[in-house]
Amino acid sequence: MAVLSMAGEAVAPVGLMGRPVYELRGVSKTFAKRNVRALDKVDLALREGTFSSIIGPSGCGKSTLLKIMAGLQPPSSGSVVLEGKPVMGPRRDIGMMFQQATLFPWRTTLENIVLPIEIRDGKAAARAKHDQARQLLDLVGLQGFENVYPSELSGGMAQRAAICRMLITEPAVLLLDEPFSALDELSRDFMNMELQRICLERNATTFLVTHSIPEAVILSDVVYVMSPRPGRFIEAITVDLPRPRTLDMMTDPRFGGLVHRIRSHLDKGAFQ
Amino acid sequence: MTQAQVLASAIPEQTVWAERVSWIDRVPRWLSMLALLIGFLIVWQIVYLIELVSPIILPSPLETIEDLFVVGRNLLTGDYMLMALWITTQEVLLGFVIAVVLGFGLGVLVGETAFGEKAVMPYLVAINTMPKVAFAPLFVSWLGFGIASKVALAAFIAFFPVIVGTAAGLHAADQNARMLFKTMGASRWQTLVQLKLPIGMPHFFSGLKNAAVLVVVGAVVGEFLGGGKGFGELIRVAAAQLNTPRVFSLIIYLSLLGLATFWIVAWAQRRFVFWHKESVTEETLAQ
Repeated sequence: MAVLSMAGEAVAPVGLMGRPVYELRGVSKTFAKRNVRALDKVDLALREGTFSSIIGPSGCGKSTLLKIMAGLQPPSSGSVVLEGKPVMGPRRDIGMMFQQATLFPWRTTLENIVLPIEIRDGKAAARAKHDQARQLLDLVGLQGFENVYPSELSGGMAQRAAICRMLITEPAVLLLDEPFSALDELSRDFMNMELQRICLERNATTFLVTHSIPEAVILSDVVYVMSPRPGRFIEAITVDLPRPRTLDMMTDPRFGGLVHRIRSHLDKGAFQ
Repeated sequence: MTQAQVLASAIPEQTVWAERVSWIDRVPRWLSMLALLIGFLIVWQIVYLIELVSPIILPSPLETIEDLFVVGRNLLTGDYMLMALWITTQEVLLGFVIAVVLGFGLGVLVGETAFGEKAVMPYLVAINTMPKVAFAPLFVSWLGFGIASKVALAAFIAFFPVIVGTAAGLHAADQNARMLFKTMGASRWQTLVQLKLPIGMPHFFSGLKNAAVLVVVGAVVGEFLGGGKGFGELIRVAAAQLNTPRVFSLIIYLSLLGLATFWIVAWAQRRFVFWHKESVTEETLAQ
């Protein structure tokens, strides 16, 4: 049976031990200009090697939360701590990926992947990372494409390259903002399984923002359900389906139960 | 009869039908261009023969073609017309370089800095709305009747599209790309050089193409109004002598100069912005 832990102010679910890598305490965000409270007090602990998802209606402050976690925006209150150090801006140990692959057409796949190194440490350091970049291409199944320009990559392949670019700095946490939602559904399912494989292989600590309930459930150890504005966690749901997950598990009654549970939360929210 | 046989006979074996293809799609490009040119020349010849327009104003196409050879021979033998063409070419090239450097610098100022956008841009727009040709006498009195005043007018007329192209290009990077650069901790300089300038290259080059055309206009107008020894002066003199075939053939050779500058820019774009494929229509309309 799935362990469903109720949480008013989201309490880290029991049964998930491991060192906390990324911790948020009492994080809120108010946009003074428009006087909008985008985010109510949010508490969150991402444990090492776990996959967490956040799901909620549009405008619930998911993107705001992700921007705060990426160091792109300061919170209005609360503390944001990664690996024991407060996040006060963008950091090399934060890996990020967006809906669009955003590969630059004048760079080859390999040059795109080492871009974060080139920006932070210069051209020589980037060149020194070429071997590692090739290994990452192997990891995501893009071997042989290092000298190809992005215009020749399909949407799914471009996102694989974006995964490599995110991993090249060896980040402590991966922040994913609907990474495959621009792909067709078949590619998307496939890429989600690939993502799971890569995360398991690297014991990555991952945080995913998504609109898709099945995607959140099939990928995550914990799914955080968010309320509409001001955003806060209504419930943290532990998914105890065994790893590695397969797409067949989507027909598992436990899977259906979890999806149903999350959907009922979101439906309630929609009619408030 | 089995059921399968019944089904098979119930429908015809083939329902192939010919897709309609417009005849113009089957004609190669060079042929349609040539046909249009010949048609134009025929209409021109008819207008000349029935004297719809006085022959003093409009020469016959044959006269014009004849004069094309006369001027061509003069150019090839390195006579005074070649000297004139060389002077105009210098004006065009210098004017173009100045327009590009100035336009790029101002474009970066306007597109990248808040000061440029808020304080400088309104003045540039105001200057652009002025009839720039009206500045020609001023440039002559400042810089004399030599090449400098023509270069100044050419650059002045051509630099604005470069500003617009550069500034528009700097705004071309989308939200995702900017956010990505932020997460990588890129400095403002890195974001400019590694992201905004390369992404803006297609816009920059369409500004350059506009400038390549305008710079010839500026040089010739400068010669009309400020004398000198360039091609524009030859045209002015030929027109004053009512030698209309000569005017036509000089204009045709002058347009080759404009075509050459445009072509150099187009070549540079294909070379340096290899990732951006422009369609022929786009390229032509960019003028």
